[in-house]
Amino acid sequence: MNRWILLTITLLFSSAALAVVETFEFDSEQQRKRYNVFIEELRCPKCQNQNLSGSNSPIAADLRRELYRMIQEGQSDDAIVDFMVSRYGEFVLYRPRLDENTIILWLAPVLFVLIGVGTALIVIYRHRKAAVGPASLSAEEQARLKALLDEEADD
Amino acid sequence: MARLKLFLPLLMFVLLAVIFWQVLQDEDYDPSALPSALLDRPVPAFELPALLSERLISERDLTGQVVLLNVWATWCPSCRVEHPFLNRLAQQGVAIVGLNYKDESDAARQWLQNLGNPYRFVIVDADGRLGLDLGVYGAPETYVIDARGVVRFKHVGVVDAALWQQKLQPLLAQLQQEQAGLAGSTP
Repeated sequence: MNRWILLTITLLFSSAALAVVETFEFDSEQQRKRYNVFIEELRCPKCQNQNLSGSNSPIAADLRRELYRMIQEGQSDDAIVDFMVSRYGEFVLYRPRLDENTIILWLAPVLFVLIGVGTALIVIYRHRKAAVGPASLSAEEQARLKALLDEEADD
Repeated sequence: MARLKLFLPLLMFVLLAVIFWQVLQDEDYDPSALPSALLDRPVPAFELPALLSERLISERDLTGQVVLLNVWATWCPSCRVEHPFLNRLAQQGVAIVGLNYKDESDAARQWLQNLGNPYRFVIVDADGRLGLDLGVYGAPETYVIDARGVVRFKHVGVVDAALWQQKLQPLLAQLQQEQAGLAGSTP
């Protein structure tokens, strides 16, 4: 008896979902896929470290509703992105578009990698030169070495 | 000469320290404030009811003079904090228009009756559509709109005396001069 009560109570405390569940009806599977991609890639303007999919804030709910409306109306991806950006700025995209403002953002990682690799190569090259240099002998020293080795071999 | 290269990390540290210090010193620094995407663009078209009268308000009602557009709601505690200051500004003659954002009109009317009404008129945005078109993401927010209905400044957060003195008052004065200049030059 106790076990059944425990089981029932446990089942009543369902685990929390990591995403907000909204029941929007879509006309096609493709529309629902587009919606899902968008809510993952749009930032909530209020809770700025969450995307629209994970945010509980009222503005996120509003934006999800607008997104649903636009997808139902058949608007293109570009039109939807323009809608969001013209109201909340480029920051609302998790994948910002490439233009004069964001080009530094996109190129900086590449630049840093190149600088890092370049520095590493320079350091290795210098180190190798330093290691090889003093080890080579002058012509006189080589003759002495040869003489010594021949002496050794004779014994 | 090679010795100087040893100081490179120190130099970089000093440079970064100076930059970070500048940012920390700035009292206005708000890392989550989104710059308005509507700067220098006109207020979007809308037609919404007024809170305190029967008429319909459109974006044309926001032209003709420089106004502060204050986004507020009864569910917003910070709005209550900034309200007394808005009352003071209104008494000094500053034109403030209210945007009642996603709120209950009855509660809003009661609120204004209890706390005073600094607004020339209040727009009722019950479903938040105008707010969404303006890029509002929370209350309170205040926009400065010039005489042609163009958004010139947006502040996210409470309007207080410091903000008024440092940013809003000079901006309003400048925009009013602009408006006077334009009015004078039209034949």
